Amino acid sequence: MGRRRFLQAGVGALGLAPLVATGTHAAWTRTPGAPFSNYGQPAASESGVIRWISANADVPGNGVSWTPLQDLVGTLTPAGLHFERHHNGVPRIDPALHTLTLHGRDARATRWTVAKLLRYPLVSRQLFIECGGNSNSGWLQEPPQAAVGWLHGLVSCSEWSGVPLSLLLEEAGVARRHGWLIAEGSDAFGLHMSLPLEKAFDDCFIGLYQNGERLRPENGYPMRLIVPGWEGVLHVKWLTRLEVADVPAMSRNETARYTELLPGGRARQFSFFMEAKSLITRPTLGDALAPGDYVDIAGIAWSGRGRIRRVEVSVDAGRSWQDAELQSPVLPLCFTRFRRPWRWDGRRAVLQSRATDATGYVQPAREALLAARGRWGYFHYNAVVSWAVDEDGFISHVYV
Amino acid sequence: MAPVVPASCLRGPSPWLVALLVLLVSPGHLRLAGAVSTEATKGETPVPALGERLDPEAIARLPQTIFPDGRGLPSGSGTVQQGALLYSRLCVQCHGPDGRGGSAPELAGGRSPLAGDYPDQNIGNWWPYATTLFDFIRRAMPMFAPGSLSDAECYALTAWLLERNGLWPQDMPLDAAGLGALHMPNRDGFDSQWPDRGPAHP
Repeated sequence: MGRRRFLQAGVGALGLAPLVATGTHAAWTRTPGAPFSNYGQPAASESGVIRWISANADVPGNGVSWTPLQDLVGTLTPAGLHFERHHNGVPRIDPALHTLTLHGRDARATRWTVAKLLRYPLVSRQLFIECGGNSNSGWLQEPPQAAVGWLHGLVSCSEWSGVPLSLLLEEAGVARRHGWLIAEGSDAFGLHMSLPLEKAFDDCFIGLYQNGERLRPENGYPMRLIVPGWEGVLHVKWLTRLEVADVPAMSRNETARYTELLPGGRARQFSFFMEAKSLITRPTLGDALAPGDYVDIAGIAWSGRGRIRRVEVSVDAGRSWQDAELQSPVLPLCFTRFRRPWRWDGRRAVLQSRATDATGYVQPAREALLAARGRWGYFHYNAVVSWAVDEDGFISHVYV
Repeated sequence: MAPVVPASCLRGPSPWLVALLVLLVSPGHLRLAGAVSTEATKGETPVPALGERLDPEAIARLPQTIFPDGRGLPSGSGTVQQGALLYSRLCVQCHGPDGRGGSAPELAGGRSPLAGDYPDQNIGNWWPYATTLFDFIRRAMPMFAPGSLSDAECYALTAWLLERNGLWPQDMPLDAAGLGALHMPNRDGFDSQWPDRGPAHP
């Protein structure tokens, strides 16, 4: 993309035009640099790359913060920019006092301290986590105008490391794989969710590290459940209790919320998988193009079912599609980057991306999603997203 | 002043450090570290088993999950009138008069059908289980003081909210038996997507 986001450029233009300083003549080559730091921080000039927060004014700890997808490149999200969804704030947990207890049907009740869990074999996987409510502004009648991260940034991707849950289940003597596991967090909401025991045995783990370091408090320190490919709310943060049961708890967040009302009045429940989705992250709303500009249409795709097989890009509102290049490695249940070079000819264009995953599932058009799921589904919105480039080169979010 | 690495460490590992690392990565280190007698093996491979078994007293103290059939509900009871008073003190500022919604969701009132253009997803119209209501109030409400309500107060608030939704009589105290037996109007309105049948289109 040829230009800085125009908002940023606009702010810069208000100041004095800087002298061009190049190579060894620049001012910073004439004075010793800053000393070492115990924990590195982003460059001061990148201070605008932040999570945006939307929270309940009456309950400041109930809300979300969005990953600025439009500012990030690569497949891993910096821990400090990982999206947040808390229901009643981030607890300040003393790891010396925190424990995980596993009990219930078939289980010999067992408790682990954090220090003990850190001594288990730790597996590492690069995995996306997406909130079931991500992209839900797509249900609105009019397209909201915001950069891609502020509409779709309740998804992030990290390398998570932790203890395979199967080890703990086996240690507690849980033999039957059929049933449910109820996971509970140690926060002021006491969030608890039920997940199938099959999944718990299959690939879930107790996440202790994120991108190589211990979890951030807002991501569940000292431990969270990792449920690869399944909706974010199941990745219970500040995990403290696991109960084996024959039936789900039917908690508030698996009945009244995180369920999808369909036309006709029935609802989907336990829609665990996050189906394939892709987003163009650049260019995005706030960018301005000039006729003749070379534009690297790029973005991310992911699927809770496995690998991304294909991403197609359209610049004519879906009338024609071209394959985008996928950047390797293409890992299952992980962000996959795609790009498609394009030259803007100065005429109105509508940019779209469409993902296909390893199952052959194709990301649906918005019209098809609404036809099947109505207006009140709220969760699991994964339709194709459209960005119009107008004759002046400005980008806006549109429905087609 | 920030801690810095001593210069001696930059020269390369000392023999003592090497010995310590060998000790730590050797298969026997779990035992050396002195933790437990519950270590197990799976064939030739050592398997960590570092958890502490809970005794019956500790198990009895564990939180009880409340299940939709009423299992796990505590003893005690509460009345609609007590619930109304509690609601006016603790809940109305967010959930609005009569549970009609405010900065927090609508709990009662609207009766627009789920199949209609503007469905009311409140307790009476939408929630499949009444046990969920008691559980959620007890663990999370009020949000400025979660966990502060007694079981009796949770029954009272649940009774009042059910009464506002036309699901509980005004003059009957609510308890575990009553709550577990209550059949909510939308009880059968949900279709489980598990076991998985593959991607939903769309």
